[in-house]
Amino acid sequence: MLYALKIATRYLTASKAQTALLVLGVAVGVFIFIFMSALIGGLAEFILSRTVGDISHITIEAEDPDPAILIAPEGQLLSVIEKGRARAAILSDAATFIPLIEAVPGVKAVSPQITGAGFMMRGSLVSQVTVKGVEPGRESAILNLDSYLTQGSARVGSGLVVLGERLADDLTLRLGQTVRLQSSAGVSTVLTLSGIYKTGNGMMDGSSIFVSLSTARTLFSLPQGVTRIEIKLTDLNAADDTALRIRALTGLDAVPWTDGAEQLMEALNAQAQTGYFLKSFALITIVIGVASALLLSTYRRRPEIGIMRAMGAGRGFVIFVFVTQGALVGLMGGLVGAGLGYLALLPFPSREAFRSGTLPMDITQGSYGLAITLTVIGAILASILPARAAARVDPVTAIGQ
Amino acid sequence: MSALLQVSDLVKTYGTGGAATHVLRGLSLELVAGEMAALLGPSGSGKSTLLTILGTLMQPTSGRYSMLGQDLVVADEADLTTFRNLHIGFVFQFHNLLPDFTALENVIFPTAVREGRETASARARGRDLLTRMGLADRINFPSANLSGGQKQRVAVARALMNQPELVLADEPTGNLDRESAAQVMELIAEINRDEGTTFLISTHDEKIAALCRRQIVVGDGVVTG
Ligand SMILES: Nc1ncnc2c1ncn2[C@@H]1O[C@H](COP(=O)(O)OP(=O)(O)OP(=O)(O)O)[C@@H](O)[C@H]1O
Ligand SMILES: [Mg+2]
Repeated sequence: MLYALKIATRYLTASKAQTALLVLGVAVGVFIFIFMSALIGGLAEFILSRTVGDISHITIEAEDPDPAILIAPEGQLLSVIEKGRARAAILSDAATFIPLIEAVPGVKAVSPQITGAGFMMRGSLVSQVTVKGVEPGRESAILNLDSYLTQGSARVGSGLVVLGERLADDLTLRLGQTVRLQSSAGVSTVLTLSGIYKTGNGMMDGSSIFVSLSTARTLFSLPQGVTRIEIKLTDLNAADDTALRIRALTGLDAVPWTDGAEQLMEALNAQAQTGYFLKSFALITIVIGVASALLLSTYRRRPEIGIMRAMGAGRGFVIFVFVTQGALVGLMGGLVGAGLGYLALLPFPSREAFRSGTLPMDITQGSYGLAITLTVIGAILASILPARAAARVDPVTAIGQ
Repeated sequence: MSALLQVSDLVKTYGTGGAATHVLRGLSLELVAGEMAALLGPSGSGKSTLLTILGTLMQPTSGRYSMLGQDLVVADEADLTTFRNLHIGFVFQFHNLLPDFTALENVIFPTAVREGRETASARARGRDLLTRMGLADRINFPSANLSGGQKQRVAVARALMNQPELVLADEPTGNLDRESAAQVMELIAEINRDEGTTFLISTHDEKIAALCRRQIVVGDGVVTG
C-alpha cells in the first residue's frame, strides 16, 4: 500500500510541529527505556564483577573419603579418620581431567590446586593461614593476583610464597625475607617472600598465601593429585549449564558459584524486575501518547476521511493510513530516542573502568534494537484504536452536507 | 436512451418513534444516461438525503435502487465502495478537498486509491482535467490555498477522474459568487455535452436550474415535478 504510505507521510509532515512534539515524546520514553537498560545491566555487571569476579565460577572439590570403620564389640560403630591422609585419594587423576575441562566451551581458565591450613611463624609471631598451592603460571587464573600486586612478582616458584599486605604487616615481613610455614599435616618448610598483594578483602589479605603446587604437595604429603580444581568462565551466567556439562563429562562434583549465592541472585533478580517495571511504564507512556495524538488527529480529519471514503477508499485503506502514521512515529521516536540514549551514555566510563561513586552505566547494554522494536510495535498497537475509529467515520455526517 | 438508474418507492426515515423524521416517502425516479438534471425543492425537502442514497453513501429505509443493472440496496459495503469508485463522482458544497494535498493529487485520488499508487497515466489525465477546468496554472498548488471557485473546479475535475457514468453534485455552487458559479456550471455543461456524463445537481438557484435540461422537484418526500 504505497499510496496509503504516501498519505500517512503527508499527514505527518502537514503538521510538523505537532509531529515533532509527538516524536519527541516517544523519544523521551525510548530514552528512559535505554537509560534504564544500561543502568540495570551495568549495575548487575558491576555487582557481579565486584562479588564473583575474583572467585572460582565452578569448583570441583575433593570429597572427604569415607572414614575407616572399626567394628566395636557391643555392636557400636567406631570410626577413625587417618590424620594427614584424609584427602589423599582425591582427584588423583586430575591430570587427565584438566585437558577435558579446558576443552569445554566457555571455560576461560582452569586452576588445579592443593589447599589446606597451616601456621606461619617468624620469631615469636605466629599467624594462621590458608595455603593455596597453584601451578606456576596460573597464579592469576582465578583471582587476578597480578592486578593486586603491590610489591615483587606474583610468580610462585619453588620455595617462594606470595601473601597479602596485612599478613606481611602482622609478621613484619619484607620482600626477600624468609618465613617458616608448618602445614596441618605437620610438614614444615622455609619460604622466601617473593610478592605482596592487596585486594582490599581483609580475610584474603590477612590469611591467604600462595605457594607453588609442588611446595603444597610436600606440605600436605600428597604425592599425586590435587584437592581442588577452580574454573573460570568467559560468561559467569553460564556457570550452571557449564557445571552440568563438566559433571557429565568427568563424573566429578562440579559446583557452580550460584550454589550458595541465592541471596545475591535474588537481589540481582529484584533489581532486574524493577528495571522491567520502569521500562514497561516507559512503553505504556509511549502507547498512551501515540494513541491520544492519533485519536485527536482522527477527529480533526473526519471530513477528509469522509471525502476519501466517498471517493472509493475502503475501510482497510483508512486503517492502513492511520496505523502507518503510528508505525512511522514509533520508528522515528525510537531512532531519535536510541540516538539520544547512546549519546547520553557515551560519557560514562566503560564496563572495565567502573569507578565507585559514578553510575555503572553500561553503554553496551542499552538494548537499542529491543527499544526500537518494542516502540514500533507499541506505536502500531496504539494506532489501532484511532485507526478503527477513523475507519468507522460515516462519510455522510463527516462531510456534513 | 436507456435508463442509467432507477429508484422506486424509496423511503428514508431518520430516527424512530416520536423523533422519527420521514424525509422520503415512496419516491420514484429514473435518470437516463447523458442527462443533466437539476434537483429542486425547499430546504429540508430531502435533496441531500436523496443524493446521498443515490451515491450509495447511505442505505434507504426501504425501496429499490439499481444502477447499471446492479441492485445497490442488497450489495455489501466493500462492493458499494468499489462501485462508487468506478461509476459515481461527487461534488459537495463544503469540505471538498484534502487540504494537505495539491490540486493534482486531489484530482487523481479516485484512481490512485484504486490502483494503490499514483501512476504516470493518472497524472496525465489529472493534468488534462485541470487544464480543461481552466486551472493549468494551479496544478501543483496546495489545495488549501485555492479560492472557493477554484476548489469547486478541482472537485469537478476529481469527480470526473474515473470517467464515471454519474456525477452527483450537492449545491456545488452554493457558496460561490455568481461569476464563479456560472463558470463551474459551464464546465459541467461542457463535460455533459462532450462526454455524455450524467449529472444530477441539487440547487436552490433557479438560474442554475435553468441551465439544466431537466428539473426534478422534490416535496413531501416524493417527486412533485
Ligand atoms: N442524520 C439525520 N438525522 C435526522 N434527521 C436528519 C438527518 N439528516 C437530515 N435530516 C433531516 O432530514 C430532512 C431532509 O434533510 P436534507 O439535508 O436531505 O434536506 P435538503 O433538501 O438537502 O435541505 P437543504 O436544501 O437545506 O440542503 C431535514 O428535515 C433534516 O433535518
Ligand atoms: Mg442539502
